[in-house]
Amino acid sequence: MNARTKTETYRYLYRTMKLIRVVEERMARAHLEGLVHGACHTYVGEEAVATGVCASLRDEDAVFSTHRGHGHALAKGVSAKSLIAELFGKETGCSHGRGGSMHLFAPEIGMMGTSGIVGPCILQAVGAGYTAKLLNTDRVGVAFFGDGAVGNGAFHEGLNMASIWNLPVLLICENNLYATEVSFSSVSRNPSIAARSEGYGIPGIEVDGNDVLAVHEAASEAIKRARTGEGPTLIECKTYRTRPHAEGMGESGYRSAAEIAAWKARDPITLLRDRLLDDRLISIDDIGAIDDEIKSTVEDAVQYAGDSPWPDGDTAKTNVYREG
Amino acid sequence: MREITFSEATLEALSEAMADDPTIFVVGEGIGQRGGNFKTTMGLYEKYGPMRLRDTPICERGFIGMCTGAAMTGARPIVDFMFVDFLLDGIGELFNQTAKMQYMSNGRLKMPMVLRGCIGIGNSASTHHSGSYYPIFTHIPGFHVVLPSNASDAKGLFATALKSDNPVIFLEHKLLLNQKEHVQEGTYEIPFGQARVVREGNDATIVALSVMVHHTMNAAASLANEGLSIEVIDPRTVAPLDMDTILKSVHKTGRLLIVDETYMPCGIGAEIAAQVNTEGFDDLDAPIARLNGAHVPTPYSPTLEEAIVPNKDTIVQAIRDLLAE
Repeated sequence: MNARTKTETYRYLYRTMKLIRVVEERMARAHLEGLVHGACHTYVGEEAVATGVCASLRDEDAVFSTHRGHGHALAKGVSAKSLIAELFGKETGCSHGRGGSMHLFAPEIGMMGTSGIVGPCILQAVGAGYTAKLLNTDRVGVAFFGDGAVGNGAFHEGLNMASIWNLPVLLICENNLYATEVSFSSVSRNPSIAARSEGYGIPGIEVDGNDVLAVHEAASEAIKRARTGEGPTLIECKTYRTRPHAEGMGESGYRSAAEIAAWKARDPITLLRDRLLDDRLISIDDIGAIDDEIKSTVEDAVQYAGDSPWPDGDTAKTNVYREG
Repeated sequence: MREITFSEATLEALSEAMADDPTIFVVGEGIGQRGGNFKTTMGLYEKYGPMRLRDTPICERGFIGMCTGAAMTGARPIVDFMFVDFLLDGIGELFNQTAKMQYMSNGRLKMPMVLRGCIGIGNSASTHHSGSYYPIFTHIPGFHVVLPSNASDAKGLFATALKSDNPVIFLEHKLLLNQKEHVQEGTYEIPFGQARVVREGNDATIVALSVMVHHTMNAAASLANEGLSIEVIDPRTVAPLDMDTILKSVHKTGRLLIVDETYMPCGIGAEIAAQVNTEGFDDLDAPIARLNGAHVPTPYSPTLEEAIVPNKDTIVQAIRDLLAE
């Protein structure tokens, strides 16, 4: 990504978060309409994390993500058309219908995949960091994962390897307080995820994951460290998903309406918009224009995905192995 | 003609490949300065240093996942796992991630990764150092599974593995590692999916895997003294599996026995038998037979250990039974 002016960066951050939000809310509807065929885990409320981190990445930096990965894919540069077509199971989708919501691949722009299993993305990002160091490039590996991954062995093994070999890796923990519907406080005696970095001898930073500027600043610094050989950083982003774990699940009572309302009042997109308006860095007309543009981008993408062909069943057995 | 061991043969292949391909790195426990528990990397650390000969913590899941990410981003990792039993700690990474990436990305990602190490029963290694498990890997789409039975094949098959863009599981029986034989100098590759007819014969076909090739050859030699003509086939890779060579042989002999040290249920023998049943039923003059190691965890005491593995005598008996059908 080329260097941007401050104003361009703010607009970029707003536009990207808004794109994720509008796509996700549209996909929630599409799931109800039967257009999204499998599970659909939305990123509503957490947009600032993917947006703030990916804004400082280049295409050749490698991102590895989770079952809740639509936002990471969009922020890394996957088009709304390609993402929505994948969720619709179409040939034009980013994984050509092989993956769906939980398996989004666009390696040509460094979106190295999302995974339906919690933990592996950490290890794979460490591997991308290993390749970068082995081949003497200044690329970085980035893992996005939730609080649910912190109790998994992959977290320990991955942080340890990143640390001992001083690899260019960003470990971005989206602490949204619940793993599916199990609260982090009930599965961890230590409430701080960032503090775990001390055990591995690497920096650990806690940021407000709903403040995209804070995320962006912390991530940019960590990326700079990684590119200049200073090693890995763990960043804990405190955030919240305001929709259920997966579409169609509803609220079963594991969290209170007041808690949801409190987080909605700290909506990351509204927070940025208000700040930019207050500081006169953007006008209300500009905001309106961006919103309109995104609305039409997403509707076009839905139309495109709907009109796209299904994958040919005869191709279902291709690409299990590489020829030659 | 020079003779070198099985382990020296794979080390030659690795050393030649590492000189040619700077993206290759090896991970494992004690594969750096120590040169590997089975001398698999002896002398390489001095040449290539720690980035390419990386000693790891004991975290099989961790370094298999790490290597998967490295393979996805342009490196060619070699996991030297020592004993396949240890690999089981990383099986979720292997099955869910390593094996599926090429498919899930619709062929846009490569997975040039080799996992190599020791299998098999012997030396009272007991139950956590005696596993084989290749039928399990063979079951999963995405892997190549290689079972060399001798030093010469090991070198050529390993060279192929080191150039493959698919994940390869390369399994070396512990009783073969120090066996010496003539091995060609210089680089050569043996393609996957090409069985070797180790001995030609007309009365029965015996498919033998890994170390069982040697016991079966001894059995066939002993039966030859009685005028019996036994064909012995070494598939060399079980994924892909060269069924054409097996079917041709069964067409000639009409009888088939599969000898495999590891467990019978859902094993390679079951797969071969099912395919011959479908493709070569009319060629069969007798029911297909299998001889396997016992379906038990591997015991420690030499007398118990010996009792659970096929040997020359039990193979001779199994062939006699097959011919009597």
